[in-house]
Amino acid sequence: MAGMELLSDQGFRTDGRKPNELRRIRFKKGVFKQADGSAYLEQGNTKVLAAVYGPHEIRGSKGKALHDKLLINCQYSMATFSTQDRKRRPRGDRKSQEMTMHLKQTFNAVVLTELFPKVQLDIYVEVLQSDGGNYCASVNAATLALIDAGIPMKDYVIACSGSFVKDTPIVDINHLEESTAGAEIIVAVLPRFDQIVFIEMNSRLHEDHLSRVMDQVMNGCKDIFNILNQQVKDELCKKAAIDKLVDAG
Amino acid sequence: MLTNKIFIKKTRLGGVMKIVREHYLRDDISCGSMACVKNCQGLEREPLEESPDSDSSLLRKSHYIIPDTNVVLHQIDVLEDPSIKNVIILQTVLDEIRHRSAPVYKRVTEMISSSQKHFYTYCNEFNMNTYVERKPGESANDRNDRAIRKAVGWYSSHLKDAGVLVLLLTNDVENLKYALSKNLNAYTIYDYVKSLSNKTIVDRLANPLNQSISDKNKVLFAEHLGMAEIQKGIRSGKYLQGTILISRENYLEANVSIRDKDQMVFVQGLQNLNRAVNDDVVVIEILPESEWSCPSSMVLAEDEGKDEEDEENRGLNDSEKLIQNKVPRELRQPTGRVVGIVKRNWRQYCGILQPSILKERTRHLFIPAEKRIPKIRIETRQSDALASKRIIVAIDSWPRNSRYPLGHFVRCLGGVGDKDTENEVLLLEHDVPHSNFSEAVLSFLPKMPWTITEEDLKRRRDLRHLDICSVDPPGCTDIDDALHCRSLSNGNFEVGVHIADVSHFIRPGNALDQEAANRGTTVYLTDKRIDMVPDLLSSNLCSLRSGVNRFAFSVLWEMTPQADIISTDFTKSIIDSKASLTYAEAQLKIDDPNASDNLTKSLRGLNHLAKILKKKRLDNGALSLASTEVRFFVDSETNDPIDVQTKELRETNSMVEEFMLLANIAVAEKILKEFPDNALLRRHPSPPVSNFDPLIKAAASKGFKIDVSSGKGLADSLDKAVVPENPYFNTMLRIMTTRCMMQAVYFCSGMLQPMDYLHYGLATPIYTHFTSPIRRYSDIIAHRLLAVSIGADASYPELLEKTKIQSLCNNLNYRHKMAQYAGRASVNLHTHLFFKTRVQDEQGHVLFVRKNALQILIPKYGLEGTVFLNDEGQKTSSLFVYDEEMNTQTAGNVTIHVFDPVIVQLSIDRSNVQHMKLSLKLVKPEIPGFSVPSVKDTSTLSTQEPVGKSAQKKRKMM
Ligand SMILES: [Zn+2]
Repeated sequence: MAGMELLSDQGFRTDGRKPNELRRIRFKKGVFKQADGSAYLEQGNTKVLAAVYGPHEIRGSKGKALHDKLLINCQYSMATFSTQDRKRRPRGDRKSQEMTMHLKQTFNAVVLTELFPKVQLDIYVEVLQSDGGNYCASVNAATLALIDAGIPMKDYVIACSGSFVKDTPIVDINHLEESTAGAEIIVAVLPRFDQIVFIEMNSRLHEDHLSRVMDQVMNGCKDIFNILNQQVKDELCKKAAIDKLVDAG
Repeated sequence: MLTNKIFIKKTRLGGVMKIVREHYLRDDISCGSMACVKNCQGLEREPLEESPDSDSSLLRKSHYIIPDTNVVLHQIDVLEDPSIKNVIILQTVLDEIRHRSAPVYKRVTEMISSSQKHFYTYCNEFNMNTYVERKPGESANDRNDRAIRKAVGWYSSHLKDAGVLVLLLTNDVENLKYALSKNLNAYTIYDYVKSLSNKTIVDRLANPLNQSISDKNKVLFAEHLGMAEIQKGIRSGKYLQGTILISRENYLEANVSIRDKDQMVFVQGLQNLNRAVNDDVVVIEILPESEWSCPSSMVLAEDEGKDEEDEENRGLNDSEKLIQNKVPRELRQPTGRVVGIVKRNWRQYCGILQPSILKERTRHLFIPAEKRIPKIRIETRQSDALASKRIIVAIDSWPRNSRYPLGHFVRCLGGVGDKDTENEVLLLEHDVPHSNFSEAVLSFLPKMPWTITEEDLKRRRDLRHLDICSVDPPGCTDIDDALHCRSLSNGNFEVGVHIADVSHFIRPGNALDQEAANRGTTVYLTDKRIDMVPDLLSSNLCSLRSGVNRFAFSVLWEMTPQADIISTDFTKSIIDSKASLTYAEAQLKIDDPNASDNLTKSLRGLNHLAKILKKKRLDNGALSLASTEVRFFVDSETNDPIDVQTKELRETNSMVEEFMLLANIAVAEKILKEFPDNALLRRHPSPPVSNFDPLIKAAASKGFKIDVSSGKGLADSLDKAVVPENPYFNTMLRIMTTRCMMQAVYFCSGMLQPMDYLHYGLATPIYTHFTSPIRRYSDIIAHRLLAVSIGADASYPELLEKTKIQSLCNNLNYRHKMAQYAGRASVNLHTHLFFKTRVQDEQGHVLFVRKNALQILIPKYGLEGTVFLNDEGQKTSSLFVYDEEMNTQTAGNVTIHVFDPVIVQLSIDRSNVQHMKLSLKLVKPEIPGFSVPSVKDTSTLSTQEPVGKSAQKKRKMM
């Protein structure tokens, strides 16, 4: 009884959010000058850095090159200080390798790869602080870094997670909810196409509940998209205005 | 949008690991008041009333109450008084209660969900206006007190223009001082309650916890150690921790069952017990071996204490102080003394007030019905009204200078000897949850009128065309099983067992589910049924009544005419029972040579197969043990029992039972296969051979040998032990066998080795309960597991976790045990009421011969009673000589053996108001100076038509 109550009778989650509310999102594009594109993104206490290099010539064995499209190379890692118990290996463990694969799969679906045959694009993502939803924050940060680099894409890719507690779908779950709730669903979508490019579920969830959780997560993706898109646009406008001023001056 | 709120991060330090958690603060939390003029965008209907009447002489204006954590924890009885309404429970307070006391938490949440009480939970921790951050160096308690004061301050200004005041109730001196300095309305609960016009509520106040001891000379008990010292002592092995179990015979003696060890430590004397109350978790220190002792054979209850003036300032008398009697070395047991209390397990106790000579005094002693609980000192102004009433009292504290624990009056149940009151007492004393279902629980019931939707039909197999019927005892309204059987074209039979689909209506984790899980079982008293689930489900929507469409969970078999199973199928279904029959009606149909309708054919098919199944089962070594079940015939007007009968069993009883067993075993196999780690099963361990000694000895006295090496051997040798001139001999042997058995228990498959899954009584390697989900929670879990394994329903985390399932099993085992005791106590109660106006001679048989008593079975009533051979009061030596070897008692030329027929006189012993006893006196054989003369049964038996009250349902508790 005295355990964690993920959703109170008053309808609040442990951190004060309602079931359908996201954590606070903050981000900044262009944080590195060396990279072609970069972004730093916070979703609550999960903090991620993404950097994009390329497109550039294939590194290492030329045999990896794809004759008709771009080769996307991803690397996902977690800082040793990113979790409560410090990680021994920042990358190369099974979980990181899996995450690297997932990211690669996700971005292959959205970058217009056929425009860049026989070359390579590197996407590096590092989780600086982890509080649940690492994949989602990584995808969202990488999307911003790609935009920053000016890589042509079909759409944004936005990822969001969800779960099901006390007969209620909850969205954008934090570490506590990840580790104590039941099934976790992770979805990455192209928001303007309503197209799902990645979906993962880590334990069983009945199909009756699935659609309700999916709806909630899709809404979460839309909300994240609106937040990111709004700021990206605002920044563009501001920059355009400044550029104009400079031109005029 | 949702994220642009104002954020503050909260950091919590837990242990050595730094845990950072986000904490969002909001501006959209409603104050919950109908009076609010600030436009809180809240609920449609706010719980707090617009202008509540003030009843307090302290302030005559409308007000809401905000209690602090300790007020809620310790004065919950006051808050539950119907006159206390419009209370704001702060989130800070609710969270603390959740961690500190599960029972109080449950009671608070029930009040919050009640529409009568107007309680509101204000989430102050998530509100930007009322959140406070812990200051460096500030204790968690101080921070929470500050948070509470901040919320009170906010409410005061928020509702300023609304014309409603808020007042803080706290008993903490510091908290009160700070609150007053901030110009908040704040009172102690004592002052507030005393200012109310309703004067009886004062009795519900708990005593102040920390009474200072003024007079050092009056200290009676040693101080309890603090937590730090206790932990240090346990680590070093100086102290041991365990649960204290006070002796039923002697209130000065107890055993402490040591945690994690198979060890008991003896404690003797009030000072060594050091204010430990039965069931408390205590810490003990083992005494030096020279001071070890052993249980005295004295039966000692606290005296009724007539010398009232002395009572008030009473110290400990000599026997309570423990005289160091020299115990022979070989009898000594490890003995200890209580040095600290880890956790009090106080509950509310039933009992009566000790009669007092001085009527006007307010301090009284309360005598609990449970003999292992000490008398409790309470204050009440209603002692006149409460005399000869059963009342409930809670303990608040037990200071070092008090001979008795201090408590307060909670409520009055009714007159002693009144049947409803006595029923209430036995429910409370057996910890049977029996209050009305709360509104929160009822809110999860389906909305009426309930209809079956297209969607429902799509997911279920339609079996409405089958000739399904149910067979139950007369008057049964909670029908959880129905059956059918039909011939197939290939010569085989299709047999179906259809069980009420309760898990369709009770969804995991909601308030209804939690309530059912806590209750664990429906409890059947002789004239009353305490449902596990609300009536709408138990007697209507789930009950498989005839003539209506009902949801079922069906097990379908294809069987050969030799009852060999070809295939088994499980499905959620929808059925339309063609008839709700009683055992007698079903039997008539089967036996009627002229009946040839489909239903009768179905019943005959079932009966035919059941007989074969039963034979197979018995050949396999299953035991059929006698248990006498009693049925009372009740006067329709007074509801007093007018006659008692033992129940008769028909072929159809065993027909239904056979198929229920078959279904339970089939489900057990299926869920174990699907969930090897977390299946809920039921086992019945094989008893150690030594358990059978009394049985072997008794049977040998009549020249029979009982083979106890296996279930099969036992069943066979019981069958052979028949004495033609004594038809009860075999029944008595079977009753004795029952006493040798272990208790059957629920368990989680992942916690034991497969060889331990055995059900000894049924001779099956694996078993579970599936067939009575309306009245047993275990069956609901079995339904859920089965539903998940056939893909008909969703799983949820608690269902898949073996520790959760096991702890659920522990509760179910406890509830079932208590339900059985309560059922037995109810039969006793009715027996007492039956014999209240009667003295009757009855035929009986000696079941056991004991050192100082004979245990007599009275077949007519299915009763067992004790004839004491040496009157407890008289210290004179007995007429009887006990022969341990032969197991006989001899007086003069009369020798009494086991199984001998006797005649006993039954009457009620009223010497103890709280514990009336059925008293048995020997009539025959006549023993001069001991036996009593026979009475002509003078009581006129009512000629009224017996009214069969049949709350008593079949008990398929194997
Ligand atoms: Zn308001």
